[in-house]
Order: sequence, then structure tokens, then C-alpha cells
Amino acid sequence: MTGFRLKSGGAIDRGKPLSFSFDGRMLRGFTGDTLASALLASGQRLVARSFKYHRPRGIMGAGVEEASALVTVGKGAHTTPNTLASTEELVDGLDAYSQHCWPSLRFDLGAINQLFARLFSAGFYYKTFMGPGKRPKSWLFYEHFIRRAAGLGVASREPDPDHYESREAFCDVLVIGAGPAGIEAARVAAEAGLDVFLAERDFLLGGALLHESQPIEDTDARDWLSARERSLRAAPNVRILGHTTAFGLYDNGVAGLVERLQPGASARERFWVVRAKRIVIAAGALERPLVFGNNDRPGVMLASALRAYANRWAVAAGRRVLIATNNDSAYAAAHDLARAGIATTLIDARENLPASLLHKSKEAGVELRLACVPLRTIGRCARAVEIGTADGGGVETIQCDAVGMSGGWSPTQHLLSQRGVKPIWNETLAAFLPGATGEPIRCAGAAAGTWRSEDCARSGRAAGAEAARALGRRAPDEEFPGPGGWEAPIRPWVFGGIKGKAFVDLQNDVTLDDVRQACAEGYDAPELLKRYTTLGMATDQGRTSAVNALAVIAEARAKPLDAIGTTTFRPPFVPVSIGALAGAERDQHLLPTRRSPMHDALVAQGARMLETGLWLRPWFYPQGEETVDESYLREMRLVREAVGICDVSTLGKIAVQGPDAGELLDRVYVNAFKSLTVGRARYGVMLRDDGIVMDDGTSWRIGEHEYFMTTTTANAGKVMAWLEELLETRWPDLRVAVTSVTDQWAGASVAGPLARDLLQALVKDVDFTNEAFSFMGVREGSFDGVHCRIARISFSGELAYEIYVPADYGQALWRVLLEGAKSRGGGTYGLEALGALRVEKGHVGGPELDGRATLDDLGLGRLASTKKPFIGSALRMRPDLQRKDRAQIVGLMPVTTGETFKGGSILCAAGDESGHGLGWVTSVTESPSLGQWIGLGFVKGGLADWEGRTLLADDPIRGRRTLVKVVAPHFLDPEGKRLHG
Amino acid sequence: MTRYSALALLKHAVTGQPWSRAWRDPAPKERYQVIIVGGGGHGLATAYYLAKEFGIRDVAVLEKGYIGSGNAGRNTTIVRSNYMLPGATEFYDFSLRLWNTLSHELNFNVMFSPRGQILLLHSPDALDSAARRGNIMRRHGIAARLLDRAAMQELVPHLDYSPGARFPIWGGLMQPTAGTARHDAVVWGYARAASELGVDIIQNCEVTGFVREGGRIAGVETSRGRIMAAKTGIAVAGHTSRLGEMAGLCLPIESHLLQAFVSEPLKPLLDYVIGFGGHGHFYISQSDKGGMVFGGDLDMYNSYAQRGNLPVVRDVAALAVSLMPCLGRVRLLRHWAGVMDMTMDGSHIISKTPVDGLYLNGGWCYGGFKATPASGWCFAHLMARDQPDPLSVPFSLDRFARGATIDEAGSGPTPRLH
Amino acid sequence: MLRINCPFCGERDHSEFTYGGDATVTYPALDAPTEAWFEAVYVRSNPKGPHRERWQHSDGCRLWLIVERDTVTHAITRVEPSRAVLSELIK
Repeated sequence: MTGFRLKSGGAIDRGKPLSFSFDGRMLRGFTGDTLASALLASGQRLVARSFKYHRPRGIMGAGVEEASALVTVGKGAHTTPNTLASTEELVDGLDAYSQHCWPSLRFDLGAINQLFARLFSAGFYYKTFMGPGKRPKSWLFYEHFIRRAAGLGVASREPDPDHYESREAFCDVLVIGAGPAGIEAARVAAEAGLDVFLAERDFLLGGALLHESQPIEDTDARDWLSARERSLRAAPNVRILGHTTAFGLYDNGVAGLVERLQPGASARERFWVVRAKRIVIAAGALERPLVFGNNDRPGVMLASALRAYANRWAVAAGRRVLIATNNDSAYAAAHDLARAGIATTLIDARENLPASLLHKSKEAGVELRLACVPLRTIGRCARAVEIGTADGGGVETIQCDAVGMSGGWSPTQHLLSQRGVKPIWNETLAAFLPGATGEPIRCAGAAAGTWRSEDCARSGRAAGAEAARALGRRAPDEEFPGPGGWEAPIRPWVFGGIKGKAFVDLQNDVTLDDVRQACAEGYDAPELLKRYTTLGMATDQGRTSAVNALAVIAEARAKPLDAIGTTTFRPPFVPVSIGALAGAERDQHLLPTRRSPMHDALVAQGARMLETGLWLRPWFYPQGEETVDESYLREMRLVREAVGICDVSTLGKIAVQGPDAGELLDRVYVNAFKSLTVGRARYGVMLRDDGIVMDDGTSWRIGEHEYFMTTTTANAGKVMAWLEELLETRWPDLRVAVTSVTDQWAGASVAGPLARDLLQALVKDVDFTNEAFSFMGVREGSFDGVHCRIARISFSGELAYEIYVPADYGQALWRVLLEGAKSRGGGTYGLEALGALRVEKGHVGGPELDGRATLDDLGLGRLASTKKPFIGSALRMRPDLQRKDRAQIVGLMPVTTGETFKGGSILCAAGDESGHGLGWVTSVTESPSLGQWIGLGFVKGGLADWEGRTLLADDPIRGRRTLVKVVAPHFLDPEGKRLHG
Repeated sequence: MTRYSALALLKHAVTGQPWSRAWRDPAPKERYQVIIVGGGGHGLATAYYLAKEFGIRDVAVLEKGYIGSGNAGRNTTIVRSNYMLPGATEFYDFSLRLWNTLSHELNFNVMFSPRGQILLLHSPDALDSAARRGNIMRRHGIAARLLDRAAMQELVPHLDYSPGARFPIWGGLMQPTAGTARHDAVVWGYARAASELGVDIIQNCEVTGFVREGGRIAGVETSRGRIMAAKTGIAVAGHTSRLGEMAGLCLPIESHLLQAFVSEPLKPLLDYVIGFGGHGHFYISQSDKGGMVFGGDLDMYNSYAQRGNLPVVRDVAALAVSLMPCLGRVRLLRHWAGVMDMTMDGSHIISKTPVDGLYLNGGWCYGGFKATPASGWCFAHLMARDQPDPLSVPFSLDRFARGATIDEAGSGPTPRLH
Repeated sequence: MLRINCPFCGERDHSEFTYGGDATVTYPALDAPTEAWFEAVYVRSNPKGPHRERWQHSDGCRLWLIVERDTVTHAITRVEPSRAVLSELIK
């Protein structure tokens, strides 16, 4: 118990206490706290265990730079693992748990790994775990344990019960970060009349000003802040989003942001996609840790975090604090702590400092030691630090219960790096500064390496004015201040006298020795090092470790740091819930579910629906307890013996209109359509450019300049887009318009010997006699005053018609058809029966049209016109597509009646049990008409080579082998007597 | 060079003896017998097998950045051999056989984890077409199982089996011997083993042109000077067209972006590799470190940018939570993109080219990682013997003109649809 | 996200559009020889840098556009209708 709440101060509401729990222990905090500040104030130093060695870890940062304090928040379905304590706003009743430790945080068996630390050096797992023997599964054995040892938190197994929203937004300027730079950028841009979007990750605006004790522009920082916040909030053209992290910058000025909403809001998080004309990145800078022995112990923190906890949250991390620095920035932290009554020692790696710094330290009561570096921390939780000179001499132990460190600052380059912009190394500041970008993106404030608050504000104003001018507005002249702002230069990277484990990447437990070893092994490019040691691959993505690692590589390779290269930061800047990215367009909202105009009538009738493509279609209509097999066989009999009706509204329907409509169809179908007479339909097949079959269907000639094209359900969208593409990009001279009318027409197939009888009773103004309305005829008529379009088309081999009515009358049509069918001993049939009927007739369907079959493979070669070229006619003549030994369609029947076989079986010579065989089975059905199972398949050489011969349908995955006879694929009524009758 | 083993680790731990370089860092020579352009998995594997199996050790691998900086280090690490079409089945089967012993072969733990891969099936028709694939696999000695819904629920309990699921699960096609491997380790393992056999691995060496002598390619111009070789092979998938252009070749390839995603590390949640191929692609597995590694469709426009855009991020996230609803609160840690050589039939090219002295390995679409060992082997065979290995005969460059395409997806000559 | 300025509908996310590939490809006459069709269907220059490409505004006006876009930076420099006659009209 070392941290405690200071008696006064801080941006917390002491009048609004909150209770929360950590590992079941009830604790108290205040409104305005983060989980980290409340834990610190409660004296909780140990909050987590590290990834590899399970070393005890505490809170080291006060924002997104936190690398150690990861906890699990919530329970049950609300469990959220790997949550940063330092950015989690404290709410009443919050339950937090330590993770990645067993049996408890205090006593964690995993810590035994520390004993083997020398074995577990960088990349050790690439060098072992390979045996015994050359067994492919050896690794699985080790992996079992490694997987359990790895990972951090435990994810909930239950579906996430929360909702997520997404919003699409547009603005002139997106300002990322509401510190002094962001606030001023937003203000100036807004005053110039721009539409401004200001996003701040924190739940308060202000950034570094929230813990600033010094005045800015001669005003108290908080007064400066609140005055500006008030006016920004009052401006109608500024949208301020708190709790909102801009996590990614994408092409053409698009940014991804996630807003965390308050409990009880409409959603847990809201995903914003903002399209901005200009972007100002004012995301501040991150302090770097110092690399020294045991720099990971609970109690060791960034100096800026110590200061932030003291000033913003009124929490002292300890009663005796030692701060180690190599730059000016930690002085403010030391001064503020000392003024708050904490015994503070400041050690600085530098020797010569300006008198002003020395004087201020003395005034504040800070004990200052120059030319001194930390060598190692002592204690499981820090209780002392050994300090010494840069080369490890003059060792002295200083008692303390909290340690601050400042190794310099890194401007937040992540968003710019995501854009592929290489940062530029500034040796004087020991920092990467923004590189040039060809995009309208500007870094301002500390993100551009400007350290002093006043300069940050100026930098923001300059960025706001720049944006305004670029967008044609007037704005005041303000120059960007140069980077820097310290009184004395930084003295970065003193690795001389380090003792013990010095961590470069805290979260992934990558030490100085690991980095050096990796360099020695040749993994000395930043990306190689990252991949080999995992440095920078933890949940903080190397926010605090990347630059320190580059320095170690530079030292190892004896090269300047800027000759080493960098790693590229990838989105998201901070981890983002997958649920938020998915938003509300998930589950049933992910893709539309398409329902036919008859849908309700079908469901009311008891149809079992099945999704095909995006359509819900009736699979079968069970009577009583019927299975799908019993049902479809009964439905087939209805069709063959009486009349069946089937919803075919899902077929693609395209109105092809214009003087060149016939010409278009002649070009896209392999067969002729220009010559088709009005009032007739024709079955057509279209190929892709490469000569492979794309789709089939019928096109009906409605008028001189109009065809009604139908496509398969599966390819409706594809064919429509294909026709549009051809007309727009290849044949703009054709005078044709194509319009999708799939949703405008409801359709039913009426099939069976009584089909004519049924339709004649309904549609009185059309003569259905064979003489008046022959096969492939097309008629327009009406039933009950509703216009309908009818073609005599059959895929089942029966006397059959397709009848279409305007979609709104679909249900009405269905009702009268159903009534008519039932009264004639018929009924409805679904997809399963539809498929079975077409197999009996030998018509190709989805399983045969697999995107690899040629016309000849499908037995449709005779359709190809020799009088006109068509799409695919050139490339279909390529030699391998014309080979006689290609797999071609055949009919199949078990040699032994009563035996069954299945789609997906491999066709081969009997006794051949390996390899690709001779072909495969595509569609199989039981045929009540033939009294046995039949199927379609493809065999090399096709009917020409195999008719009448026997093959094995080999189905090892379902444990079935059936001898089948190869027959012509037209099983039923090959002469078409029923069809034409 | 120290042989890697548990014992060696112990010895180094106790004595503190430093480890030697994993691969040498030589300056390029003026001339080699063979140059491989591209220090990714395929290029390094080619060099290794040239030295190991075909006796050609005078080999340089030229890499413009650091080794493995392209797609070798950007993929989702899935290794499987569930291919259906002649040529592809045999090639990927051979590759998987090499994977099985690769760690031993290279004395480098590539963490090949044959934990099993399951393709989700969402309709009765899908079960039949999966059966065909499974049957072909079985008939080639590749393990395959058809799983029903109950078996799926047992093996992968956290998918959405609720009545309201957008993608109702009818079953799955499982390849128990498929799995994942540590992608970077494959690169380093081949590099180390090849280097040991005498191969020169030259990093930061960008090829800027070819040296022609009497119509044949006799070497390359690079950022580190001219390097000559009797034979030059390119293995730069993603950028094959660019190298092809330098040699005067125009190829049936487009470059497209494929994004990949990884979550924060979690304790074990998913034991298998899951594939989904309904409306859009989706695949997910859990890495040994605990991250959920997943991916989806291409970004669908030509690109060399190595960074993707939000629409695919949103689609992939939506598929993730729709298929596995407990992922909603899991956080995405990182997403990135690689540049894919997408061919006109979705299959790769290992082939001689119309230009003498130039050999082509590319067009890996998004299947290159699992092919690494077989690709290296077959390319080495082709370059060493000037004759293709029987396994790579079907993948010649002239197959497009002949009409002998190998189109597993059946999508035709539209590269982005494969 | 690519933002494509459709000449008919205004600037929109690329997710409203369908990509149609290299616009420099010209398809030969239907009765042209197989070799000419092979070139058009299979061979791509696949440039790294400026690229003329086809996009259909499939969730908008459904018209086909020619877009000039850099395949490295993704910057879009020009958008025009695929049909020359429409280009004239909107001028």
C-alpha cells in the first residue's frame, strides 16, 4: 500500500464517490477517475503479470502508452479482456480482474518461467520443440502447453450481448486530439467557417493541459481550457466527440473512429467513418521509458504519468519518489510532486544544465543529482533504486517507493505511418518527426515534436489556418513553431552500467539482451527484429518500445539511428472491438434475405424454406411427419400424374428493349434470337469471354423490339451486370436498354398433364389448345383482370407453363393456382422436387454449371450457331477446350436396381481406388417414374466412350461404392411426347 | 553454425556463449550459376532445394528489402491441401508432405501445427460438392472427413448454431492434417539452411533490370551493381508483372490487395482453422501467441499499396461476429495488407518463359504460403534440369492459351474473383 | 476508402461501385481470331502507378465509368463516363 489520494486538487469530483472491485476486493474511487488512478489511489501496486515471465507489473502510464496494466473488465457475457486500466473510465460497480495468472495475481505459478529466463531467450522456440523423431505431430504436443501458457485474458464464450452502431460523417477538417494544439486548430478552422470535427480519446478535453500546473499564454491552464471548450461547444459548425479514438487513416481522407458510449446508451460503442477534406493530427507525444535493470517493477512509471496522476487525479504513487531522466521534461513532474509534499529525488543523466532548471528544482525542494543514471530497481515492487554514473560506476542505493522515468518523447506518428509516410529522425530531439506527405494531412503540436504548451497552441492555430486557406477561407497568419522547446539537449540512451533484466518491450517481456542477441543472429533490420523477438507486437504495438529498440540496433550495428530504418505502424492505433467495426450490419442485417412475392403464402402452406443465393425458397412441403425424401417423391408424383405448381419468382428477369435487342441477344447467346418470331420463346445458353458456360435460361420475344430474358436464380445479378457492362463498355452503339424486372414479376411454373386444364380455367382470354399455343409459345392474357405473361416452357419434361403476373398479384395468383391444382388432385412442389424432375429430364442445373464446363461438356454443343459469332466463340476453340477426352455429361443408373449413390461421388473404373478417376457425379435423385435412383455426372469421353458401360461411383468419404451404368442423360420421355402433348 | 536443439539452448544458457548469425551476410559476387530474385519463402526454398536436392550451390537470392518482407510475412499462415482439380491436388499434397518434416529438414522449428482445418458448409448442396472434394482428397491419401452439424458443435462450439444464425451450419469438410505454421520461421529456416549450404542471401538488393546477351537473360542490374548468372528465376509474387515487364513479358496477372487481421492475444478459444466460403470469404484461426488471425476477400481493385481500406475491414468484422458471436468484444489489434499476384484462373505459375534464361514462379493468388516447400522444390527442379517436375507441368505459363486453366473457383478469367 | 466522384451522382465511397478492371483493354470483334481474344481476355499490363480502370456505379446510377487512379497512392485523378457520348452530354 503505497499510493494514496492527495488531500486536495485534481479534476475529480470528490462529491461523487464510486465503488468498484478488483479481483473481488471492493474499492472506492471518484467520478473523473480512471481505473488506474483509482487503483493507484487505493494503494494497489501489483495489477498484472507479464506475458512471458509472469513478472509482477503495476501501472506505468496514464494513457494509451500503458504497457503493463492490462486487466479484464466485466463478467459473464460482458467479459472484456485485455483492457487498459489507464484509459478505462471508472464507473460505479465496475468489476475488474487480473488476468494471465494462476492461481492468483500475488502468487502466480507462471512466475517459475523466470527461473528459466536464460533458456527462454529471444526466439528460443525456433531452436527446439522439434523432436522426438521426424513426427509431423511433435509440435502439436508442445503447442498444447504453449498455447495455454500464451494468450493474455480469457474471452467470453457467450455471444456479445451488446449493440454497436455506426455513423457515416463528412467534414471539412477532422482534428484528432483535443490538447492545446487540437483545440486551437479546431477553433481557428471553425472561426474561418469550416465544418469541424474534433475527436478526443479521453473523456475530458485538454490533453496534456489536464495535468499542467504552469500557465499557458499567461493564463491558468484550466481557465484557458474551459474558456476555449465553452466557445467550441457553442459553435454550430464544430462537432466534438469525447471518448473517441481515431484509430485509422485510410485512402482519400477517410478516417475510422470509435466512440465509447456511456452505460445505458443505445449502444456500447459507435463506429464513425469520417470523410474529411483535411486532417489535423494533434495526438500529442508519448514519453519513452528508460532502459535499466528491473525497469518493469510495480512502482516504476513514466515521469509524465506520475505527474498526471498527481495533478489530474490527485494521486501520489508513493511517499518517496525517485525520478530518472535524460531530458528537461521530467523537471516539471519532479517540481509538482515535491510541491505536493512528496519527497522527490531527481537524477539526470546530463551534467551541465542551465541555472534556471537547477534553481527551480531547488525552489521546489527537489533533491537533484546530475550525471547519474538508474542501474536497477530493487524489490519485487520497487523499494529502492541503484544509481550510478553512465558507465556503471559510483553505485549508490536510494530508497524510494515509486520511480519515475523519462527517456525522451516520441511524437505520435502512428496515423501518419499508416499512410505510408516515413518519419524523419531528428538527432537533437532524439525523436521521429513527421515526414512529408502528399495528402492533406498535417501534424500539429507535440505530434510534430513541439514540446511547450504555448508552442503547441500556436502550432494548432497554424494548422487550423492552413486548413482554412486550403479550403478557400480567410484565416489569420500564424507560423508553425519549430520542433523542440527544451532548455538543454537530451542525452539519450545510456546502456553502460545496466544490471539485471532491462526491458525494452514491457508487455512482451523483450529485454535489452534479447534485442542484442537478435542483432547478433542477423535479425538486425527493425522488422526482422520485431518478428523474431516479438518486440512491438504486443497490444500496445510498441508505442513506448519502438524507438528504444532502434537505438539498441543502431548501437549493435554501429550505425546512426536513422540508417536503421523503421517499422510501419498498422491500424488500429489502439485495439478496437471487432463488434464496433462490424456495427449493426451483422447477422440477419449482414446480407439481405430475399423473399418472393409468394413468400407468405408458401410459409402459410407449411413450406420448409431453404436459402439459395440470398433467396428463401420452398425446399419441400411436408405433409404431417414427412421427411424431405418422402415429401419430394410425393410432390414429383403430383407433377407427373396431375399438376404441380412451383414458385419461380426468383428466376432472374431482364427486359431487353430497343431496335437492337435481338442483335444483343445474338451476341451474348450461343444460339440465334434475332430470328425468333414474336410470341415465341427459346432456350439459350451464354458463355463467358473464355468460352466457358456462364448461364442458361429462356428468352421470350414479346414484341418487335422487346425480349423478356430469364436467367437462373443464382446468376441473375451477374447476367444483368454483364449485359450492362457489354452495352456500356464494348457496344455503346447498340440501341438497347436492359432493365432488371426480377422484382416486378411474380412467377409460377405449372407442370403436369393437367396443367393446360388448370390454366385454361383461370386465363380465359388465351387459347391453351396445343394447336393455338404450342411448345415454346408465348402469350399475354389476364386472370381476374390481372395482366399475365405465359410461356409454354418445361424443365420437367411435362406439359408445363410459366406464368408471370405483376409482383403485387403474386399471392393472388398463387392462391388461385393452388386451389385449381388441389381440385385436380395436384399440389405444390418445392426445390427438391424441381431438382429431381429436371434430373429425370436430363436438364443441366447448378451442380453442372460449375464455371468449368464447355457447351460440349454439357451436351449442348449443337446449340452453338455456326452462322454468327458470339461472346466466347473465339476462345472456346482453344485446343484443350476441344479435346474429345474432356469430361462430358452422362446419365447414371445403379447397375443393381434399388442401390443408391450420391452427388459428389467419383466415377472410375471398378477397382480403381486412387487418383482423380474418370469423372464425378453431380446430381442424384430417386426417380419414382423409373422406380430407381438416377443421376447426372461427367465422364472423360462422355457418352461416346461410355454409353452402356459400367463405372464405379466411389464415395469413400461417405463409405459407399456403387456400380453404375452410363446412359443417355434423358431418362424420361426422350422423344418429348409429354412435353409436346 | 550451431545446430539447434534443446541441448544447444541449454549450453548457451549456461555458458552465455553468443549465438552465431542465422544466415551469412555476404557481399554479392559478380557471377553465380543461378540467381533467384525475391527473398521470400518461395525464393529461399528454391535456393535451398537447388543446393540440397539438385547440387547447385552457387546461388544468390536477391531481396530488395529484408528477407520475408513481402507476402511471406503477411499471410494468415494456413497450410492445407484440400484441392479438387487435377494438378492442384497432387501439388498441394506434395507440399503438405514436405511441411510434415520441414522443421527437421531445416533444423528450425517452423511450428507446423496440423491441428485440422474445417470448411463450413451451409446447405445440402454444399455438402454434396464438399463430398466431391473430400472424395478426391481421400483418393489421394489426404485425410478428409465430412462432419455433420452435431460434430461441428462438438469441435467448434463457439460458432453461431442458434435458430437465427445468418449462416446456418449444415456441416463441415475437415482436413485433419491441415493447420498453420509460423510464417516468418519458414523464411528464416530456409534462409539459414540455404546459407549453410553455400547460398548467398543478399538483402537490400533491388533488381532494376535484366542483362541481355543475344536475346537471353544473362544477369541482373541491381541497386548493388550488376550480377551475372546463367539462369535467373523470379519469385516475387505480388510484383511479378513488374519483373516481367523488365524482361518484356506481359503476363496473365493482376496485383490485388488482401488484408489480414489479428486480435489481441487470448487464452485458447478456437482449436481449428475455420474456412467460410458462402457470401464472401472468411477464415480464422488462433495463433500460438493467442491472437485470432483472420481474413476475408480482396479489396477488389488493382493495387500495389500494401494497405487496405475500410469496406473490407467492416465486411470481415461483420462476418467474424456473425459466424462467431463471442468475438464482438474481442479487440482487433492490427490489420495490414499484402499484394497478391492474382492470375486469370486462380492457380499459380511455375514455368519457363518465352525468354531464354528466365524462369517464372508467381501468380500465387492467396494460396502461396502453404505452397512454399513444393513451390521451392518444383522451381528448383525446373531451373536445375530445364525440365519441369511432373507436379508443376500443369502450371505452365502456356496453359491459358491452350485452354488448360485450373480454376478451382470456377470464376473464369477475372483475377479478383478467385 | 477510395472516394470516386461519379459524374452523375457525386463523390461516393468505392463500396458503392463494382470494379471492372483495366480500361485500356479493347475487346476485338466477336469474329476476331482466338489470339486477339486471348490478348484481350488474359494479358494485363498491371501497372504500378497510374491506371485507367473501369468501375460501375452499381449501387448508384449503374453507369460505367473510366477512373484514373494510382495503384500505389490510390489517388484518383480523373473520372469520366465510359460512353463517350455521355461525356459530351455532361459537358
